[in-house]
Amino acid sequence: MSGAIDPGPEVTPASDMTTDRRWRRTLASVYQYGGLLVVLTLLCVLFGSLSDRFLTARTLTSIANQIPDLTLVAVGMTLVLVVGGIDLSVGSMLALGSAVLGVLMAGQGWSFWTAAPLALATCALAGLINGLISVGAGIPSFIVTLGMLEIARGLAFLLTESKTMYIGSSIEFLGAPLGGLPLSPAFLLSLAVVLAGEFVLSQTVFGRYCVAIGTNREAVRMSGIDPRPTAVAVFVISGLLCGLGGLVQASRLSSADPNAAVGLELSAIAAAVIGGTSLMGGRGNVINTWLGVLIIAVLQTGLAQVGASDPIKRVITGTVIVVAVLVDAWRRKRWGR
Amino acid sequence: MTQRRSEPPPRLRVDQLTKRYAATVLDQVSIDFRGGEIHALLGANGAGKSTLCKIIAGLATPTDGTMSIDGEPYAPADKAAAETQGVQIVQQELNLIPTLSVAENLYLRDLPRRLLWIDRRKLHARAITALARMDLNEIAPETLAGELGIGNQQLVEIAAALDRDSRVLILDEPTAALAPAEVSRLFQHLRRLRQSGIAILYISHRLDEIMAIADRVSVLRDGRWIATEPISELDQDRMIRLMTGDESRTVRQAHTCHRQPRLGLRVQNLTRQPALNRISFEVAAGERLGIAGLVGSGRTELLRAIFGADLADNGEVFVAGDSVARRFVSPQQAVRRGVAMITEDRKANGLLLERSIRDNTTLGELRRFAGRGWRVLAGAEASATRQQVMDLEIQCRDIEQPAGELSGGNQQKVAISKWLLGRTARPPREPHRSYRVYLFDEPTRGIDVGARQRIYQLFESLASEGAALVIVSSDLDELMLTCDSIGVLSAGHWVRRFERDQFDRAQIMAACFQGPRRPRELTG
Repeated sequence: MSGAIDPGPEVTPASDMTTDRRWRRTLASVYQYGGLLVVLTLLCVLFGSLSDRFLTARTLTSIANQIPDLTLVAVGMTLVLVVGGIDLSVGSMLALGSAVLGVLMAGQGWSFWTAAPLALATCALAGLINGLISVGAGIPSFIVTLGMLEIARGLAFLLTESKTMYIGSSIEFLGAPLGGLPLSPAFLLSLAVVLAGEFVLSQTVFGRYCVAIGTNREAVRMSGIDPRPTAVAVFVISGLLCGLGGLVQASRLSSADPNAAVGLELSAIAAAVIGGTSLMGGRGNVINTWLGVLIIAVLQTGLAQVGASDPIKRVITGTVIVVAVLVDAWRRKRWGR
Repeated sequence: MTQRRSEPPPRLRVDQLTKRYAATVLDQVSIDFRGGEIHALLGANGAGKSTLCKIIAGLATPTDGTMSIDGEPYAPADKAAAETQGVQIVQQELNLIPTLSVAENLYLRDLPRRLLWIDRRKLHARAITALARMDLNEIAPETLAGELGIGNQQLVEIAAALDRDSRVLILDEPTAALAPAEVSRLFQHLRRLRQSGIAILYISHRLDEIMAIADRVSVLRDGRWIATEPISELDQDRMIRLMTGDESRTVRQAHTCHRQPRLGLRVQNLTRQPALNRISFEVAAGERLGIAGLVGSGRTELLRAIFGADLADNGEVFVAGDSVARRFVSPQQAVRRGVAMITEDRKANGLLLERSIRDNTTLGELRRFAGRGWRVLAGAEASATRQQVMDLEIQCRDIEQPAGELSGGNQQKVAISKWLLGRTARPPREPHRSYRVYLFDEPTRGIDVGARQRIYQLFESLASEGAALVIVSSDLDELMLTCDSIGVLSAGHWVRRFERDQFDRAQIMAACFQGPRRPRELTG
């Protein structure tokens, strides 16, 4: 890795250092992901003991195939939160993407492969507008994306004439289990996006800029880096991932529903926050966000299976979100960082 | 110290007042302030004037020493307690709430009420009386404070202070934002107030104003009381000599000048109203130019305008090696042309406190650590950071320690390190970028002696490599020790430049206090 760089004479005894560092890195990742994994396991055990249907392949596959759209959106949300913004328009952008797809495929008879890029481009454009206005004019992204929440939803209704557009089997392949595997292409796609998102956030220049901007935007500027392109790009990515989410959701429903994903922004924020992402910016981890998505999904499905009513489900999910953040804050104070 | 005769006790007496933070900033200061006098406090940056005023106004508690008002012990617990005992302070930063009306601002803590509603009629009647007392009849009480000019805001604050029963009134640089006409109006009020028996403590850097308004002057230096004298015994030269001390503290240390014949940086007519007025100077390659000036003289503003952090209204900056003179519109542009800036406020814009030393050191040049793709090469990054930690002797647990956990001196070294990568790291891609101009804003503020020495060495080695350095510091001794020449800013104007063989504390200080020419309305 450091082949091109002369490490210089100052490096302390190499073998000690590397084992020590490897050990520390392992500890760090246990620390980083351990808490959420424990919670997730406990929830599974709990629901498994309450309902004998829960820990079955069928339930687990059904969870896996339900979460891709939330996962995709939550990855984008994590990036936006890391740079210190927020994107309230994700649910509407998802509906807009799926509406574009529905109109083109059901109305115009386009194929999936020609319609999908246009749907994605529409959402990316919406994200670009979010980014340009909030970053360029310095208006809080909360406000700008709140506007986009209404605009994109309205456009989705206009495009579909407020009707659910049935697309049919030509799109179902995305959500259907792959031959042999119980998992759908949509799930695999979302998993790939999670891994890519984590790679981008932690390993690339772009990701490091995101974190730095969220930590102290003015310090970034005074270091001679223009924070604006990075911040705008993050909103575009969020829009693009919403578009992907729209495709995935359309395929699961075999149709484009302009009413889809109402309130999805709150679930996405919840997943990111359960995963330890800071709403103040500067801190976030995409894999943890994914664990947050899983926790929400397990809760929803598990509670439904043990017969909890919808209101009860909401009360419990809300409680879990607040407790997760409290525990995270406490952990951070206790161990620093 | 004044003798205790059988006179009535002074309005305010401070006795052996001492304040220690990490260092002693106020050392056994004793002064009597009489009722019916305007008493100016004078001293260079860091002399202890502000600390003294804060203690008197209840904004800080003394480590040692006592105070009394009219012979009775006085030890306010906080600002509110000081105010109830008749001590008011009008600080430099305005405390009015811009979105509330003048009347509401005047009586914020004690709005006249009718049940749950504000009694506007009573409020406005009271406000009109208070404003009339300061001759501010043209200000309607319902005007929003934010709509007033700075000068009027200042006068409203003074009116607010006077409306509470005052025995002692502290004015901290009240004229900093005032136009000459407003200054003379303020002075008329102060002269009238003096007759009512209030003790007025007046802080200003403008010696001409002090000559015009003060009855007596107390001088502080390095936290110590130096003299209290009636204004009739003083002139401006003597005031400066009292502030700077008579001994010519010329630390004749070995100083190697690395100045080269070629130009490093030229600044031409740089203007950003109101802080900077047509500033022009040149720095040669390898030269260390210090910038001296009082707080508010435009030092930080000058560096920020050169660096493109604030947009200048006018003027140009020419960096050696560049083809044209230009005005940088962003720090990014300045950095591309080889200008680096180490900012004064590390927390606000110098460092990512929550992030590691590694993150901070490599932030500016992260792209160079990306291999062929986008990926940051962790090994290259870590070894470059470790090199900096070694070079600058940054004391830390390891390079992953958050910058915010480090001591001030080490934080400053981290902030500097991000501009030094070009000198030592051998990046895999992109050619080596080293900076031709370094702008340092208060590089040694709040840091220990060891770190300070290391930073002085760094100045030296940067200069020897041919970089042009512009160093802003409040510490004149530091500039005289480390710089080849010193330029003086006063009230946003370039006053004069001293070469090393002309360095003279008193003369430089006199230049700092020179200020722009003002109309002679003051002595009315």
